[in-house]
Amino acid sequence: MPTRPEFTLAARFEYGIRPDQPRFVGSLMDQLSSPDPLDISMPVLRTPARLKELQKLRAAREDASMLRQAQRALRRQAGQDIMQLLARMVRNPRGFRERLFAFWLDHFTISPTRAGETYLRAAYFEDAIRAHISGSFADMLKAVVTHPSMLSYLNQNISSGPNSPVGQRRERGLNENLAREVLELHTIGVGGTYSQTDVRQFAELLTGLGIGPDGMRFVPNRAEPGAEHILGESYGGGQAKLDDIFAFLDDLALKPATAHHLAQKLAVHFIGPTPPPDMVADMAEAYLESGGQLTALYAVLTVHPAARSEQFRKVRPPFEYIATALRAIDFDADLLANASVRETNALGQQLTAMGQRPFRPGGPDGWPEAAESWITAPQLAARIFWAGQVARTYAKEHDPRALLGAVLGEAAPEALSFAVSGAESKWEGVALLLVSPALMRR
Amino acid sequence: MTLSRRHFLINSSLLGCSAAASPLLTPLTLAAAPGENRLVVIILRGAMDGLDVVRPVGDADFAGFRPTLGTVESAQDLDGFFALNEGLSALMPLWHAKELGFVHAVSTPYRDKRSHFDGQDLLETGSNDRNGAPTSGQTGWLNRALALLPNAGQETAFSVGAARMQLLDGDMPYSAWNPGAELSLSPQAEVLLTRIYADDQLFAASSKMAIDLSGQSDQMGNSGRADAAKTLAAFAAERLNEDTRIASFSINGWDTHGGQKRNLPRALGQLSNAILALKVGLGRNWQRTTVLAITEFGRTVAENGTGGTDHGTGGAMVMAGGAINGGQVFGQWPGLSELDLYQNRDLEPTADVRRYLGWALRDLFGMEASALGASVFPGLDMGENVGIIA
Repeated sequence: MPTRPEFTLAARFEYGIRPDQPRFVGSLMDQLSSPDPLDISMPVLRTPARLKELQKLRAAREDASMLRQAQRALRRQAGQDIMQLLARMVRNPRGFRERLFAFWLDHFTISPTRAGETYLRAAYFEDAIRAHISGSFADMLKAVVTHPSMLSYLNQNISSGPNSPVGQRRERGLNENLAREVLELHTIGVGGTYSQTDVRQFAELLTGLGIGPDGMRFVPNRAEPGAEHILGESYGGGQAKLDDIFAFLDDLALKPATAHHLAQKLAVHFIGPTPPPDMVADMAEAYLESGGQLTALYAVLTVHPAARSEQFRKVRPPFEYIATALRAIDFDADLLANASVRETNALGQQLTAMGQRPFRPGGPDGWPEAAESWITAPQLAARIFWAGQVARTYAKEHDPRALLGAVLGEAAPEALSFAVSGAESKWEGVALLLVSPALMRR
Repeated sequence: MTLSRRHFLINSSLLGCSAAASPLLTPLTLAAAPGENRLVVIILRGAMDGLDVVRPVGDADFAGFRPTLGTVESAQDLDGFFALNEGLSALMPLWHAKELGFVHAVSTPYRDKRSHFDGQDLLETGSNDRNGAPTSGQTGWLNRALALLPNAGQETAFSVGAARMQLLDGDMPYSAWNPGAELSLSPQAEVLLTRIYADDQLFAASSKMAIDLSGQSDQMGNSGRADAAKTLAAFAAERLNEDTRIASFSINGWDTHGGQKRNLPRALGQLSNAILALKVGLGRNWQRTTVLAITEFGRTVAENGTGGTDHGTGGAMVMAGGAINGGQVFGQWPGLSELDLYQNRDLEPTADVRRYLGWALRDLFGMEASALGASVFPGLDMGENVGIIA
């Protein structure tokens, strides 16, 4: 049975308590300091292998029925990838690691629709995000900005310098999308100081980033000639090359505005809508002092007194909620990893009804943080409907009173204890636990 | 309203545990609806390209900016100067019946940063800040307008769909529902539910509405994406035929950085289906209805290098309904010559879109222009009546 402090940390920084699992030994930060066994036991096919598969598909283009079949297979795999992601959350004793992974993949949101793009999604998550969650932010930023998934999501792959050879010959031009969102969302933030000219110049610097059969390919012929002036500094000017782009991204990662934006966003995500200003300032300072190490941010975040507060101001978004609820009933993660297409689609529909179509946020700013965004009447109704189904199907045999103790321990509110014991059937008792604010808030 | 279900809940709560604080015991007040006029506000998220929806084909400079997008063949002539994107051609009968109209070259006060998210915050909170700060309190202008409506009750305004509408958020009560949602708990469990939510304001309010509304709508089941907006509109029409007078929902898919020729008609199809579903669902109430579809900003005048357009400034508003003064394109056309453009790239907004929204509220619900300028759209100069309501 968890103590109050154990429950608080598991709720705020992980996917809650899983009763049948021994707690990870060590601090939250210790979860990041050694390799994660799950990366080996539940592997994900990486970007190069997936690109090879997509290349094979090009051969199928001529035959319409073969193409349709191949696209179906890609979408099926993309669905399985999502279930595997959920399975890792449900199984991993290093819950903080999984939560950070989820945080950063939302920070660097993509929202693919075409079959090939959805197929590549999990590899983007793995290679551009998961590989870097305890490393330097600049590395993550560079991996994201040069990954084919991001290049295609924010249209960078079709942007050409208007004065580049390709731009001139084929009358192609600039697309500002990626440049704008990197500044506005990924680094210095919309509150930071940058102008339309900075966006434009950055978009010109980014020209040349394209997608080839093996992934990102730098095409000098598409790069806008001449140096670009962004945020007061000059980049490039000689023969266009990838390193010019990386030089700017390295600088961008270490701007004080970037440090503040990342610190604020992490604090809002894990603590609440108005995190203590001293906490955010300390996080940003530690990050800059460390030369842009993400662990410097987390170390301040997890030891600040606000991390131990028993006021839970946030609401878990639907995907995270489902992982938390499934952990609470010791759900077998293999059932998720091996789910059928029908089960996968059904879960997708339920998540959509809760307001979160899986991995399809409306825009590059990802999912909302505000608690109010997730608990409208219809969204809450969808959560209650789902929890009722799950409890009826999988949790009938649990004694809801024992489960309440195992999941919430000392932190179980009195009204919930009363309701869970007063339900007219065991499954409804479990359902009430699953839909309680104690499980939905963090 | 199915009262039998409510009675059943009350009875079971008396049999079961104490329900002293149960909100279910408070009878829902069915206040007299404020008048017969109806307003539907649709938020077009992603920045609709007004120049491609209502094409200024009569402007000599237009064609040069839009070598692949501005083609005339497929467009429907409106008034000799403007032509309508083929994605809305199903609405042409409404145009001829003066039940469809547009306002061109309008925008919110937001300038220069061209962020969707700031732009939508501004559009929904009605703020006056050109840098994108929402109003203090971040409440929606439609919620603040409710405060000016005598007899406004819980169901006077309805937010439809799964996502929260900032437009309707604020101090005044409103209802929200997503057609298709359903609970599955026993009445007893529903009573217990209100108990575990009693101490958490956010959950308490939403669960009450969820329990009240589940089982009320006739259109269960998940609708496909293609007619998602149609389902929302049909549900909105149902509510508007009852006590609701203001409804709002969103349509996504307007951020056409690439492949606009294919993607814009797709989004327009959703809008067109939604408007037609409102007309059919509202029956004779359509004559008292005004539909206003607004977006966070327009898009660049010039086509970009990838068959699309980037974030711009001035854009267009779409209007429909039996109550509007349709069959015309409102607004002052700024022109597209180099000197006319905003920052050499965008359509220059010649009017604040909030003026049109404000006068619609005034004409439909009798709200005072001075009150609208003070609390609904702070800092807005309402000026002369724009005359969009018949």
